[in-house]
Amino acid sequence: MDIIWFMTGNLGLIGEHALRHVSIVFVAVGIAVVTAVPIGIAITQSKAAADVVLYFASMMITVPSIALFGLMIPLLSPIGYGIGYVPAVIAVILYSQLPIIRNTYTAISNVDPALREAAVGMGMSTFQRLRQVEIPLAIPVIMTGIRTAVVMNIGVTAIAAYIGAGGLGTFISRGISQSDPRQLVTGAVSVSLLAIAIDLILLLVQKLLTSKGLVEESRQ
Amino acid sequence: MIRLEHLTKVFNTPNGPVRAVDDVSLELPEGEICVLLGPSGCGKTTSMKMINRLIEPTSGKIYINGRDTDATDPIQLRRSIGYVIQQIGLFPNKTVADNICVVPDLLGWDRKKTRARAAELLELVGMDPAAFMGRYPKELSGGQQQRVGVIRALAADPPVMLMDEPFGAIDPINREVIQDEFLRMQQALRKTIIFVSHDLDEAVKMADKIAIFRSGRLEQFASPDRLLANPANSFVESFLGSDRALKRLRLVRVAEAMLTEFDALRGDDPHARGKVVLEESGLPFAIVVDENGRPTGCLAGNAEAGVDAKVGDLARPVRATISTDADLRLAVASMFAQDMPVLPCVDDGGRLKGILTYRSVVKSLASAEARE
Repeated sequence: MDIIWFMTGNLGLIGEHALRHVSIVFVAVGIAVVTAVPIGIAITQSKAAADVVLYFASMMITVPSIALFGLMIPLLSPIGYGIGYVPAVIAVILYSQLPIIRNTYTAISNVDPALREAAVGMGMSTFQRLRQVEIPLAIPVIMTGIRTAVVMNIGVTAIAAYIGAGGLGTFISRGISQSDPRQLVTGAVSVSLLAIAIDLILLLVQKLLTSKGLVEESRQ
Repeated sequence: MIRLEHLTKVFNTPNGPVRAVDDVSLELPEGEICVLLGPSGCGKTTSMKMINRLIEPTSGKIYINGRDTDATDPIQLRRSIGYVIQQIGLFPNKTVADNICVVPDLLGWDRKKTRARAAELLELVGMDPAAFMGRYPKELSGGQQQRVGVIRALAADPPVMLMDEPFGAIDPINREVIQDEFLRMQQALRKTIIFVSHDLDEAVKMADKIAIFRSGRLEQFASPDRLLANPANSFVESFLGSDRALKRLRLVRVAEAMLTEFDALRGDDPHARGKVVLEESGLPFAIVVDENGRPTGCLAGNAEAGVDAKVGDLARPVRATISTDADLRLAVASMFAQDMPVLPCVDDGGRLKGILTYRSVVKSLASAEARE
């Protein structure tokens, strides 16, 4: 009961933290899309480059987030961003690379070679081929990678509260340090709900971006 | 016109260089279909892909209507050449209309005009534009996809087309239909077409010229008729098969092979005249016609009758006739099936124009070279 009272009494604060949380994730994943999608497309040209890039991106994701935040404090302190919003965004950008690069790479490599040949043979430039054929065909898989990145990093961002980035993790860190289950549960529940809600919204976006010609008919 | 001059392509493989295409020269006049034919790995597809520079030649030159393709930007060049591939390659994310208009859109043509053109082309292959323009490729049958693949290559009205086993992915019945449809379109369009195939029957049917390849070399370049009549060497001969004489039947029209000098009988002729005609012709049957010149029966040599019997009473009904526009394959099939050693050949009005006998078929095949 206490917990529900706490939640209803602090709706404004929850909203504020949630907004901050979403802002970190969206800004970071947004930047990650701009870097990771071109990287994913570029490495389809060379198997060796793809192996190296995917290896480093996989290593990146094995570094525990709390360690990454710790590492960034001495690195970013000289320019005045040792803690707070900026290192949180940087961490999320790094963690987002693997799912987005890997899915983009897989999707573009799996485009039917016959379609690529038809596109080239009909006189499309590389850029036209990507824009008109390969990326539209890859969109569902690329979007799945982006959704994975977003959901995963909503969790990572919760930990960024420890370096003063704000967000819903603030409830969790305070709940632990003050032994206050009301704040702890409020933080945990709202992080989970946020992840589910945003995943559903992105699923809708994915459907809107996918050509009707690619959707499998479930009913005939 | 397409001219290949000493075209050579060497691929560097781990096992050393491979001459995929070796010093190929040929010249295809405007408006003709040239089928590149040969077993797989013979260099026919590589030769074709060098024309639109999907593969760059190691040496040699290609001229399209007198223009050196090396001097043309490859992207501009490809937009000016229709391209149809075996896997069809319709873009699944685009509607039928957008697929057809890919090249016109790349060329920046007016959208309204290109969509009207797409509708026109769909009608040309018997697909209702209202029903199909907005559909996606997965909503089409295999035959419909193939048709869209072909008209997509025609959308920007290129003078030259490259077709890589374009009808290879369809079942035999639909393939015949689409081949006929395509030949009808070609009659009006007169495109210069390079067509890759491994199917001899398809080649004989579609080609004005056939180029036979073996391990990168052009073994023979000739019209289907000349090729079947005079294979240049033992490889070509074995590739064409021992039944090549039968394949030639398809290339000769009944009108070219039929006998036009013969005596037809009338129903009221006396039997005696019938006997004379039969004896003079040396044929087992004579054809009986009515007053409009339509064949009504045939008189056999062994018909026994009294002195005053009329031909009309003794003649047996005609079991089959053949149009003068048909090819000899159909005629011979009909002669065999109906046991008609003398087959009446009729025009559109059903009037007797000539007769076809086994001898006349054989003679017309022997004289094929003379007709060229």
